[in-house]
Amino acid sequence: MPKITYNTYDNQTHTIDVQNGLTVMEGAIQNDIPGIDADCGGGMSCATCHVYINDEWLDKLPEKEDGEEDMLDMAFEPKKNSRLSCQLIVSDKLDGLVVNIPSKQV
Amino acid sequence: MIKTDVLIIGAGPTGLFCAHQLGIIGLTCEIVDNLDKAGGQCIELYPDKPIYDIPAIPECTGEELTNNLLKQIKPFNVNFHLNQRVEELKKVENRWHVKTNNNKEFNVASIVIAGGVGSFEPRKFPVKECEKFEGNSVLYSVKDKTIFKDKIISIFGGGDSALDWAIELSNNSKVNLIHRRDGFSGMEASVQKVKELNDKGKINLYTKYQLESVAGEDKINSIKIKHDEGEVKEIKSDYVLGFFGLIMQLGPILDWGLNIDKKKVAVNTENFETNINGIFAIGDICSYPGKLKLILSGFHEGALAARGCFKYAKPDEKLRFEFTTTSKAAQERLGIKID
Repeated sequence: MPKITYNTYDNQTHTIDVQNGLTVMEGAIQNDIPGIDADCGGGMSCATCHVYINDEWLDKLPEKEDGEEDMLDMAFEPKKNSRLSCQLIVSDKLDGLVVNIPSKQV
Repeated sequence: MIKTDVLIIGAGPTGLFCAHQLGIIGLTCEIVDNLDKAGGQCIELYPDKPIYDIPAIPECTGEELTNNLLKQIKPFNVNFHLNQRVEELKKVENRWHVKTNNNKEFNVASIVIAGGVGSFEPRKFPVKECEKFEGNSVLYSVKDKTIFKDKIISIFGGGDSALDWAIELSNNSKVNLIHRRDGFSGMEASVQKVKELNDKGKINLYTKYQLESVAGEDKINSIKIKHDEGEVKEIKSDYVLGFFGLIMQLGPILDWGLNIDKKKVAVNTENFETNINGIFAIGDICSYPGKLKLILSGFHEGALAARGCFKYAKPDEKLRFEFTTTSKAAQERLGIKID
């Protein structure tokens, strides 16, 4: 199973096996990783599953759809390496992905 | 104080249908919502997006769904109390006294929380000092546009609200429009208009910039904005407007002693009552094993919660199960003429 690493804002590191096909957001929710709210449940309509992607992974992820970029406008402190974790579907290609959780979601 | 059987918190589809179910069984209700209109997430987040999973309705938009629900509850003359949220809750003998932030008071037998993921509030600037100026020179909505005449306004955001206000206010004010990227989510025609006004010098457009800091005594007089690449610009500003959409916050409900985990209220699946007798929770805000965040699930939950409310409103009466096709009482309540 691919391993995804979630770094929380208070410098805790959680490395979790996440099943292929789940989203990075679902991996966090199912494992009670703090700091990802996902209020809308993965519908790309709330920007509360916002994460920052480590540089070395940024280009390896599938491109953002327009809707994701629009939603990120509404995120708390969006940066160039911002993504919505509900739009990142876990596969073997993402094994080892590291995401950083912002200080807050709202 | 308004006396009624049930107070519904939230005018989304779930709350509206619950009002219908209450009406059918002969109970009265009033609805409170923090938005300025009924419809909840359907109307605020996706009024034009088609929904495909409402039973027997192959396709409808959030707005159509809301309008149909409003039509469906019309016979019950339900009162809406919009633009306000519930603040205080007090148990008085066997009834609940509820007060909104608009000082409206209700005396009810039971409460149905149909609050979605909380009440909608504007998303604010992450810059801490903005709090100090909030409401005086940092604003998240426009109530009176005349205050901006001949002032310098810095507007942040890339959606329709930011674009529309930038265009509108550029008539009588000096407008800076600042957005975190080159692309905008607002309507293409508005984007073109803003670019035109920028070329004519009527709007100063700064893209790939975000707010870095604000400065001023009683009111803001200048702000610093920072480019993606690190460059910082200082610009004079009398007002700062932020349009980053809405977030949903649970608010005072958190302090009611409800069993809440991960922003969801735990309920039973028999009648969707919470750990507090007489308080029910339905729709996206409730949680139970197997919960699906679908509108259709919210309808089911509302139907059962309405029946759960009955014993609190009419403790001496027994509720009989009836169909609207055959029940004379239900048809009378619906205002249907029977020959």
